[in-house]
Amino acid sequence: MYVYADNAATTPVHPTAVEAMLTCLNEEYGNPSSLHTVGQRAKERLDQARETVARCLGAEPREIYFTGGGSEADNQALLTGAVLGAKKGKKHLITTAFEHHAVLHSMKRLEKQGFTVTYLDVHADGVVRPEDVATALTDDTALVSIMLVNNEIGTIQPVAEIARLCHEKGVLVHTDAVQAVGHIPVDVKALGVDMLSLSGHKFHAPKGVGALYCRKGIRPEILIEGGAQEFGRRGGTENLPGIVAMAAALQEATENLPREMEQVTALREKLIDGLAQIPHSRLNGHRTLRCPGTVNFCFEGIEGESLLLWLDAKGVAASSGSACTSGSLDPSHVLLALGLPHEIAHGSLRLSLTADNTAAEVDHILEVVPQVVEYLRGISPVWEALETGKQAHLI
Amino acid sequence: MLYSEKVMDHFQNPRNVGKMDDADGIGEIGNAKCGDIMKMYIKVKDNVITDVKFNTFGCGSAIATSSMATEMIKGKTIEEALTLSNKAVVEALDGLPANKIHCSVLAEQAVKAAVKDYYDKHGIAYDQEALCTGDCEVCGHDHG
Repeated sequence: MYVYADNAATTPVHPTAVEAMLTCLNEEYGNPSSLHTVGQRAKERLDQARETVARCLGAEPREIYFTGGGSEADNQALLTGAVLGAKKGKKHLITTAFEHHAVLHSMKRLEKQGFTVTYLDVHADGVVRPEDVATALTDDTALVSIMLVNNEIGTIQPVAEIARLCHEKGVLVHTDAVQAVGHIPVDVKALGVDMLSLSGHKFHAPKGVGALYCRKGIRPEILIEGGAQEFGRRGGTENLPGIVAMAAALQEATENLPREMEQVTALREKLIDGLAQIPHSRLNGHRTLRCPGTVNFCFEGIEGESLLLWLDAKGVAASSGSACTSGSLDPSHVLLALGLPHEIAHGSLRLSLTADNTAAEVDHILEVVPQVVEYLRGISPVWEALETGKQAHLI
Repeated sequence: MLYSEKVMDHFQNPRNVGKMDDADGIGEIGNAKCGDIMKMYIKVKDNVITDVKFNTFGCGSAIATSSMATEMIKGKTIEEALTLSNKAVVEALDGLPANKIHCSVLAEQAVKAAVKDYYDKHGIAYDQEALCTGDCEVCGHDHG
């Protein structure tokens, strides 16, 4: 059995999306900007896709701008908020310490351009406190950007409450909803945000396509100069096959949402209960304020990359926030933001499920993970030091 | 694939893995904060490393380089073992990704640390500089 449990990284493309994409590739090859029949047919498909995405989010079609993915949407949203703020002389931005790098690195860039950024604490449970946002807001604040669901630990942030208190002060709010859309209900009006980013491949559409919701009255800053596509806010011929596939996948996810949330939450609970049996393990992030599919654990005395390699060999695809898998010398900034020490953060494991996963697959994960953890602890000098009392257990 | 077949083989079937209760020298290198710790045990008879064991906390390449380094020094004289370079370990494993080279440096240092411990325990004089292990500095990382 091989279990794909890395859906927060990307999801398998669903047949619905493939079918929509193939129809487009085979028949609707036109350029939506062309005046002839072939082009106009493609334009209709584009308009329909925009209507579908808008409907699923509770937005107006005019408020949906297709992008090349979630990172682009995040970049565009932050630049938009910053530029709008600067026009009013506001140069302060607020975000959290555990955002996706698409947001964090955009913030770093804006800092170099003269903005000041407050990085809010996400506390030990990985949930931002609205009162911390209220305290951080100043007359100079232009934009608050807080993710709806954290990509590594899955915690849900109180974005609606934060948006309310920001709007009382006339501050714009963006949310990176890349890990939320298609997995929990996302309604832009209920959230009350001004901008929202999403990415197709996180909900069974192909990679390379996403969208920015930008409410009426806000014009997104242009990142890609070119033609008049996307209401003049993003140049370049539209990725129509990707866009129609994303719309089809989102519609399917939205229709199935209540049932799938229940199903996936049950799998997640089973997984958490099983993994918690492993001694000196720790669930990262709030126990219940989390999206249905994401589980993140730390196991003391072992390192994440060797854990992943063994799990892969034993039929489980997962991910980790260890330094060796983060591409830097430091373990995941998300786990460090929770206040975890480096040595604990190195031993992290993220398993992310969707409704494609089964109870039998969770059983397989629960059979394999304890075996691998035990084996790696058996060859770990760190575990030896912990077990012989030379070092104190931290978890 | 991230790793060569040889690295995967040594990762999944590590040679000489385990502890040694009657070791003549024990070297421990690395730092749990950095994500790698290697502990190497050597048994020495008539200046020859007759047995070697290791335990490693770390990524796939940390385990594979430890395993390969133990293979390369087993049965060798101490002087031969001290000539083991990280480069030789990398070559023996058919290469490592650029960001994993530091694991091979740790393996080389673990051997030197075990020999140094052997010398210290047995009152054998040696050139301090030649056996400098530098500890965690290989990862060039300051944790404050």
